[in-house]
Amino acid sequence: MRHFLDFERPIAELESKVEELRHLSNAGDLNIADEVARLETKADRLLRQTYAKLSPWQKVLVARHPERPHARDYIDALVTDWTPLAGDRCFGEDRAILGGLGRFRGRSVVVLGQEKGSDTESRVRHNFGMAKPEGYRKARRLMELADRFGLPVIAFVDTAGAYPGVEAEARGQAEAIARSIEACLRLKVPMVAAIIGEGGSGGAIAIAAANSVVMLEHAVYSVISPEGCSSILWRSAENAQEAAEALKLTAQDLLKLGVIDAVVPEPLGGAHRQRGEAIAALGDALERALQPLLGLDGAALKAHRRNKYLAMGSKGL
Amino acid sequence: MSWLTNFVLPKIRAVVTPKREVPDNLWDKCPKCEQMLFHRELEQNLFVCHNCGHHMRLDPARRLKILFDDGQYTKIELPKTVQDPLKFRDRKRYSERLKEAQAKSGPGSDALVVAHGRIGGHPAVAAVFDFSFMGGSMGIAVGEGLIAAARLAVLQEAPLIVVPASGGARMQEGILSLMQMPRSVLAVEEVKEAGLPYIVVLTDPTTGGVSASFAMLGDVTLAEPGAVIGFAGQRVIEETIREKLPEGFQRSEYLLEHGMVDMVVHRKELHETLARLIDLLRRPHPSAEVVPLPQPAA
Ligand SMILES: [Zn+2]
Repeated sequence: MRHFLDFERPIAELESKVEELRHLSNAGDLNIADEVARLETKADRLLRQTYAKLSPWQKVLVARHPERPHARDYIDALVTDWTPLAGDRCFGEDRAILGGLGRFRGRSVVVLGQEKGSDTESRVRHNFGMAKPEGYRKARRLMELADRFGLPVIAFVDTAGAYPGVEAEARGQAEAIARSIEACLRLKVPMVAAIIGEGGSGGAIAIAAANSVVMLEHAVYSVISPEGCSSILWRSAENAQEAAEALKLTAQDLLKLGVIDAVVPEPLGGAHRQRGEAIAALGDALERALQPLLGLDGAALKAHRRNKYLAMGSKGL
Repeated sequence: MSWLTNFVLPKIRAVVTPKREVPDNLWDKCPKCEQMLFHRELEQNLFVCHNCGHHMRLDPARRLKILFDDGQYTKIELPKTVQDPLKFRDRKRYSERLKEAQAKSGPGSDALVVAHGRIGGHPAVAAVFDFSFMGGSMGIAVGEGLIAAARLAVLQEAPLIVVPASGGARMQEGILSLMQMPRSVLAVEEVKEAGLPYIVVLTDPTTGGVSASFAMLGDVTLAEPGAVIGFAGQRVIEETIREKLPEGFQRSEYLLEHGMVDMVVHRKELHETLARLIDLLRRPHPSAEVVPLPQPAA
C-alpha cells in the first residue's frame, strides 16, 4: 500500500480509479480501455502540475516521506564492498549515523549517512535518524581515518536534528557537534555531502561542512524545523507553512544563496515514486561533485573549503 | 586580512570609559532570590547578588570592563554585513526587529562587541555577546565579528577570549545563520593555527548553534556559576522524553561534573584567572627566575 501525502490525494484518487477499471476490464472492452487511458493522462498531468510547483511546506512533507530512499538505500545501490565500522571509542555505537568503508565507482571512500529507518523496528534501532554525541564522535573518528589514508568522504544527510535528550546533553552533544564540524573543515581529502531528505540544523551541518554539497530537488535544509520556528516566532504551532516559506529552506533557494552547489532533479512525483532512478541520479551528481576535487592536494582542499564558507552570506536573495 | 588593516584599524575608536548610567540611589531586584539590592553595591559586586550569589547577565560594556586590566579597552568597528538577507517576516519584519534592537544599542550594532586591551599585562582580544540584542543570536554579523576578532588576535599575536551569551542561531537569517557554525569554527581555527590561546568564558545562556560550534572548542573553557549551557532547549527535551529534567541540568556545575568545562569561576576571580592562564600559556619560560644548576661535589 503506497503512502500518499495529503496534497497528493487527488492524484491518488485518479490512480486508484485506473486500478479499479483495469480489474474490471475485459480484454475486448474498448470503452473501458479508453477511459483508463484518459484517466492515466489526467493523473499524469496532475502529478506533473503538482510537483512543478510544490510549496516549501509541501517539500518538507515530501522530504520526510516514509518511502523516500534513505541513506541505507543509497549505500546499498551506490557503494560496493560496503564495510560498516562501529563505535566512537568513548561510549557507544550510534546507529543514527551509519559509517564505514566501501567503494564508490571503484574508488575507496569513507561513507557517513544519517539513517531514519524504514519500519517501526529499524526506526527505533536508528533512533529515527537523530544522532547522539556517540554518532558525531564516530563520524569524526571515521573522517580522521579517511584523512590518514587519503580517502574521499561522502556524507548522506537526512535528519530532523540531533537528539534532544538528557543523556545526549550529559555526554556533550554540543561539543560532539562542534568537533564534528571542525573535523570536516580540517580534512585534507575531498568531502562531498548530499542532502537527501531533511537537513535538520546543527545535527545536519555536523557532517555537511563539505567541499561540495549537492541536494535533491525536493529535499529541505534549514536552521530549524518549520514547526519549531512557528512555535517560537509565531508563538503557535499553526504557522508552520508560513515559517517554511520564510526560512527559504528549499534546494532552489539554497542554490541562489550559494549554500549548496547543485540541485539534483528528482523523478516525476518525487524520489519515493521512482527510487532507483533517484538513487542513480544522485550517484551521478556525487561523481560530478567529486571529480574536480580529486586532483587537488590536501592544502588546496582545506583552502577550498575555508574560502567557500568564509565567502558565504555576503549576499542575500 | 586586507579589510582589517585598511578598514578597521584606522577607525579604532578612542579608549572607552564607561559612563555611569544609573543614579546611586536605585535598587535592583535579584531575578533569582528576589532580594532588593542597592544598585551601587551591586555594581561594586560585579552584578553578582550579595544574597544568593546569582550571576546576572552583563551588557558588553560592563563585561569588557571586567575582562581587561584596569577596565581599559579599545573597541573595534566590525565589518558591515548584509542585513535581512532573506527579507524574513514572521509576525513582524526582521528588518523592524533589527531596527528596534539597534535603536537601543547603537546604529549598525549587532549581538557581538569586539575589543582589545591587556589582561595581566599581555595583549588580548575579546569578543563578547550582547544578550539584550535579539537574545544574543548568531547571524551573519556575529559570524563576521568573530572572524574579525580572530584576525585581530592573529595580527596582534594575542590570545582570543570569547564570552558567549546566546540562545543560538538567528532564525530570521535562516540557513545563513546555520552557516555561521562552520564559519565561526574557521575563525577559531585561524587563532589555533597561529599557536595562540583560544579561551571561552561560557555565560548564561550558551545554547543551540552557538554552543555546538566555536563555544565548545576552547583550548581552555571557563564557565560562570549557574549559567545554562547546552545544545537542546529544556522545553524541547521535556517534550521529547516526557519527564521532568534533573535538578541543575545544563548548569555550569553540571557541565563541570560531566567533564565539559575546565572550571566554574566566580566573576570576582575571572580577570585574575584569565590573566594567570594567559601568562602560563604565553610565558612558559620567565627569564627572571633562572636558577643555576647545583654543581656536583668535587
Ligand atoms: Zn539573589
